[in-house]
Amino acid sequence: MKRLWLILPLALFALFLGVAGYQLTQPKDEFVRSTMIGKPLPAFDLPGATDEAPRVASAYFADGQPRLLNVWATWCVPCIAEAPQLEELAERGVPIVGVAIRDEPEAIARFLENYGNPYEVIARDDIAELQLGLGSSGIPETFVVDGDGIIRYQHIGDIRADDVDEIYAAWEDAR
Amino acid sequence: MIATGLAAIALAVAAPGAGQTVSSAPLANTQLADPQAEAQAQDLMEELRCLTCQSQSIADSNAPMAGDMRHQVRSRIAAGESPEEVRAWLVERYGDYITYRPGIGSATWPLYALPILFLLIALVVLVRRLGRNGE
Repeated sequence: MKRLWLILPLALFALFLGVAGYQLTQPKDEFVRSTMIGKPLPAFDLPGATDEAPRVASAYFADGQPRLLNVWATWCVPCIAEAPQLEELAERGVPIVGVAIRDEPEAIARFLENYGNPYEVIARDDIAELQLGLGSSGIPETFVVDGDGIIRYQHIGDIRADDVDEIYAAWEDAR
Repeated sequence: MIATGLAAIALAVAAPGAGQTVSSAPLANTQLADPQAEAQAQDLMEELRCLTCQSQSIADSNAPMAGDMRHQVRSRIAAGESPEEVRAWLVERYGDYITYRPGIGSATWPLYALPILFLLIALVVLVRRLGRNGE
């Protein structure tokens, strides 16, 4: 019995080594998920796509209609890759609000001309205040916001062809 | 070989637009006028994780997102929020991972409880041994 007690620290140490070693072989999860799911969209009031366009505010999301909120930028390469998928979602009837991070009206106009415009409206977030308010840690990211302005779903990274159905379903769920 | 490498580097440097390389937030790289508030902001920024370069603090990082986070920290502290309120605002959005000084929660309590437990065990062992020597 006494001998067993003596072995205990060594056994604990071996267990620790085992766990640490196992974790070293596991791929690292780089994503920091938003903890805002289920919480209301933070209040914001941002300029539109151009200086003349009307401003976009959080009240826009309070009309009972669920929407996608797509955090993107014209300087972001994966955003080009996800453009066709956003187009497809828009064609299936999903309203999409774009939030352009650190962007400029001319660059936005050029991007939309080249890669299509799936957006209902675009807000310019020059200092990432809405992005930080959303708990979004990268670009692109896509949120589902329900008709009461509650954040329901987060997709991190560009939307691939096989993500479209899941995002559409999440939008349907929010109806 | 070297030429290709250089070309790749030149491309990588040239490709990103201005938006990707700098934060235009006014307080990203400008200190607060009040030295005490700036010191509070600085202490907090050293304890907040940069989201795009995850092992750095936002005080250390040149990433535009870190600059935008510094702006939030400075402007909120200048508006009268305490550093702990600003930290709580970020934790509400990103979870405990955002701070290098996590509070006691359902996932972190063993970190605080185990050292106390080990100390108690050591104390018990010590008292027993000393007691035995005294006999």
